[in-house]
Amino acid sequence: MEKHPPPAKKTSAAAPAPAKIPLWYNTDMTNKLCSLTEAIAQFVHDGDTIYAAGFTHLIPFAAGHEIIRQGRKNLTLARATPDLIYDQMVAAGCAAKIIFSYIGNPGVGSLRIVRAEIEAGRLAWEEYSHFSMISRLQAGAAGLPFMPMNPTAAGDLERVNPNYRRVKDPYTGREVVTVPPLNPDVAIVHVQRADVHGNAHIWGIIGEQKEAAFAAQHVILTAEEIVDEAVIRSDPNRTVIPDFVVDAVCPVPHCAHPSYTQGYYDRDNAFYLEWDKISESPAETQRWLEEWVFDVRDRAEYWHKLGEEVHRRLSVRPRLSHPVNYGDY
Amino acid sequence: MNYTASELMTVNAARLLRDGDRVFVGVGLPNLACNLAMRTHAPNLVMIYEAGVIGARPSRLPLSIGDPTLVSGACSVVGMYDIFSLYLQRGYVDVGFLGGAQIDRYGNINATVIGDYHQPKVRLPGSGGSMEIAAWANRCYIITPHQKRRFPARVDFRTSAGFLGGRGEREASGVRGKGPQAVVTDLGILQPDESGELVLTALHPGATLEQAQANTGWPLRAARQVQITEPPTAEELRILREELDPQGIYLKGS
Repeated sequence: MEKHPPPAKKTSAAAPAPAKIPLWYNTDMTNKLCSLTEAIAQFVHDGDTIYAAGFTHLIPFAAGHEIIRQGRKNLTLARATPDLIYDQMVAAGCAAKIIFSYIGNPGVGSLRIVRAEIEAGRLAWEEYSHFSMISRLQAGAAGLPFMPMNPTAAGDLERVNPNYRRVKDPYTGREVVTVPPLNPDVAIVHVQRADVHGNAHIWGIIGEQKEAAFAAQHVILTAEEIVDEAVIRSDPNRTVIPDFVVDAVCPVPHCAHPSYTQGYYDRDNAFYLEWDKISESPAETQRWLEEWVFDVRDRAEYWHKLGEEVHRRLSVRPRLSHPVNYGDY
Repeated sequence: MNYTASELMTVNAARLLRDGDRVFVGVGLPNLACNLAMRTHAPNLVMIYEAGVIGARPSRLPLSIGDPTLVSGACSVVGMYDIFSLYLQRGYVDVGFLGGAQIDRYGNINATVIGDYHQPKVRLPGSGGSMEIAAWANRCYIITPHQKRRFPARVDFRTSAGFLGGRGEREASGVRGKGPQAVVTDLGILQPDESGELVLTALHPGATLEQAQANTGWPLRAARQVQITEPPTAEELRILREELDPQGIYLKGS
């Protein structure tokens, strides 16, 4: 089974340096390192169902922007909270359908573009509650035919979405609500650190990162840092995603901006508020996409373009956990 | 003392919380109300965020419910499946805050759509966690400005369950939570009577029953004794303005 993307190409001298590539790169058959550009080109196709994971935290904006740059069309975009990443992808014409459980700009208001497209009848949608959405991923991740949930008495979402069904609990005879598995073609999962094989450490809000990775046919892992396998093995409880579900490992520092990576940089709340203004106007939105997506080559250039003031504003003081002792057995 | 409608609602919502409550915190004003309660009468409040954070101790206003400040210093962080199944569905959440564009006579909430679902006139954000919170939290509170369009006799879409068509109907449904316990508005507080219908139980200083009735889409009844709420204190307002929302993102205006 050919699952390994081609090795990364060298980036040009003008861009800030990418993450350090270890020396043994390219000699190891299980090395999945590649650029995000290559990973998107290889694994994301027109018409695919994509799950760009991350509950507010670790949202892989760089991957969304790369998909826009590569001009993918007719995607089904699934996410509990579509957030600005899908607002931008919908604005860029990548999407035919959206699967979600909350289409708001968190803490700010409406997700204007997704909302306008739905109201205009131009974007198909499929809607759940958060619990049903994560239950769908859980079923997909575990290879189950459905997940049961206790009824909530609010019948209207069940009524309008035929994917909700009721079955009788074979033990008590009571009714439970079920949803079918969600198995995206591609999950994109951003993490703090991973080794070249795709074993990934995540901390902070872990959301649906694990379920999305296990549920998807292909997984593109983006990481703030590529670390030695020994770093991963030093703290195995923190490994949320194992290498064998991962297809591509892309070193992408600052991948999540304007979302955040816990301990690496802060959430850019000012941008979330600013997007509320930008996205009021289709012309402003397109201008923003030109400047910040089409006119930059990759995430390194985007981060550089944000400038030092933003870097400073989003920088975070360290707050270390107390070390754990695994014991030298 | 001067205060905005948002400040008034936030302060009154905060006072509904009891020390030690495990609260499922929502975005916006509920977020502020919980953080205010924790800094005043409820220091042992356990703030649970649907992003998977338990026992958050945010040192700044979390704009979103997934802010990194919620994680640093929290008691525990779990995945999304765990927070909804082990914590909420299992019954470990005392209080849930809910919001929505419409709240009806029996406390059912619409956060999904105005008009026809399939051809929406106004498409709203949708359930998020609220469908399950409304069903499974022991007590639910709602914060909303008192406007006629927000209080129709019937909601266009039942995103989350109040008392459905009456208290008996909710009880018959078998959901574990006790349903909405109070709706805090800028005019006063509505609470369910024995039948599950929302009635006016308190007015804020200066507000009248007639005002509340004129801004409610069903014939709003008053409880036998209508209380007058205590105005926000200087300390409550100081915490809101200086510590929690210094930029006035939520509290300015209205």
